[in-house]
Amino acid sequence: MKKQEDPENEGLLVRRINNGTVIDHIVGGEALNVVKILGITGTTTESLSIATNVPSGQMGKKDIVKLSNRELSKEEVDRIALISPGATINIIRNYKVCEKKGVEIPDLIEGLVRCPNPGCISNTNEPIRSRFLVTPKGLHCAYCDWVIARDITSHII
Amino acid sequence: MTRHIISIRDFDRRQIDRLLDNAKRIDAQKYDRNALCGKILATLFFEPSTRTRMSFEAAIARLGGTSISVGSVEACSMAKGETLADTIRVVSGYADAIVIRHPKEGAARLAAHFAGVPVINAGDGSGQHPSQTLLDLYTIRQSMKLDGINVALIGDLRYGRTAHSLASALSLYNAKLHTISPKGLELPSSLITELGERGMEITDHQEIHDIIKEVDVIYVTRIQRERFPDSASYFNVASSYRITPELLASAKKHAIVLHPLPRVDEIDPRVDQLPHAKYFEQSKNGVPVRMAMLLQVIQ
Repeated sequence: MKKQEDPENEGLLVRRINNGTVIDHIVGGEALNVVKILGITGTTTESLSIATNVPSGQMGKKDIVKLSNRELSKEEVDRIALISPGATINIIRNYKVCEKKGVEIPDLIEGLVRCPNPGCISNTNEPIRSRFLVTPKGLHCAYCDWVIARDITSHII
Repeated sequence: MTRHIISIRDFDRRQIDRLLDNAKRIDAQKYDRNALCGKILATLFFEPSTRTRMSFEAAIARLGGTSISVGSVEACSMAKGETLADTIRVVSGYADAIVIRHPKEGAARLAAHFAGVPVINAGDGSGQHPSQTLLDLYTIRQSMKLDGINVALIGDLRYGRTAHSLASALSLYNAKLHTISPKGLELPSSLITELGERGMEITDHQEIHDIIKEVDVIYVTRIQRERFPDSASYFNVASSYRITPELLASAKKHAIVLHPLPRVDEIDPRVDQLPHAKYFEQSKNGVPVRMAMLLQVIQ
């Protein structure tokens, strides 16, 4: 049976896109951080729709991000897992979902998070990107062994 | 694959034991004097050093090799703004191994990333100092087995990289740790958590007197004056952490006192004459232990 669409909730907030990526089931309130992780700013060219705190049967409240004309790579997708491990990714082509996938927490993240240790060599003018191992305790700086155990988003570069 | 020695955390117990066994053979003069003949060791010290630098230079010389260095930091191209990465790439072309001390934590790992030759960390900021730890373990092992011993760490445990490295290594030997440090200079909580997860028993004490009868090793580190607002508060704190013959009168007969040196006021000079005092022996052990390290990475 065809699922009934609710034009009041879906229509204007998150309208369908022709081509691109829909990131669904983002933890409520984290959409702007997802956008930050993806490096999307006011100066980049993507057209972007964001819905925050949308009612969700599963999650209570969730956020949705829709990106037109950009298909996210696996590396980009997996970065989202750091702040919203339950997020789902839908790749849209010609208004149809062509690919649907979850996010996987990566083993290593580079260039995404700044080490909070002011004495770390990664916070100097050396030609390196920050490098963190993802461990159960948090993000472990591969240079100075500092561990970011919480509030990862505040360290995103 | 290039072999580096960056952190004591990269070693397991078997690897440490093997390296200490090799150092013991070297100490007994059972080694090839020309093992590293024709090899060049570059020593890059961006912070002051006496013992570490000289003992590495002595170590390569005793194995038939030679060492080169940049002299003072002011005299090298980093003073002109060159990155450490570029300096390392350049020096890699001149030497068969690099020993580096740098004020930034993680500098040795960065060096290892850019070097085409083995890198040995001789201290990076308040991070790791693996060669010091290995010679500390070697010195302890000369007096007793490492397993299950009670070790008191005294002094600046927050910024003292030797204490951090030693604590990590001792966790491999089921040692029990007793910490005695001024307020604000305690062992970092992240390290305490990590050691606890490895099953290490750590107890904090107000004074060394509380624990002197129980410990096998008293590891003293320097309390730096610059950590205190004025000289009076420094002397006040430092005097309460001083190791004296009177204190050691209550210690176990076989207990040893270690210090990575330089000492300032932490150990009464009268202690030097006691059988407990092993810190000069410890310093001397830097040569055979670093010889074993050089043989491991270069040979």
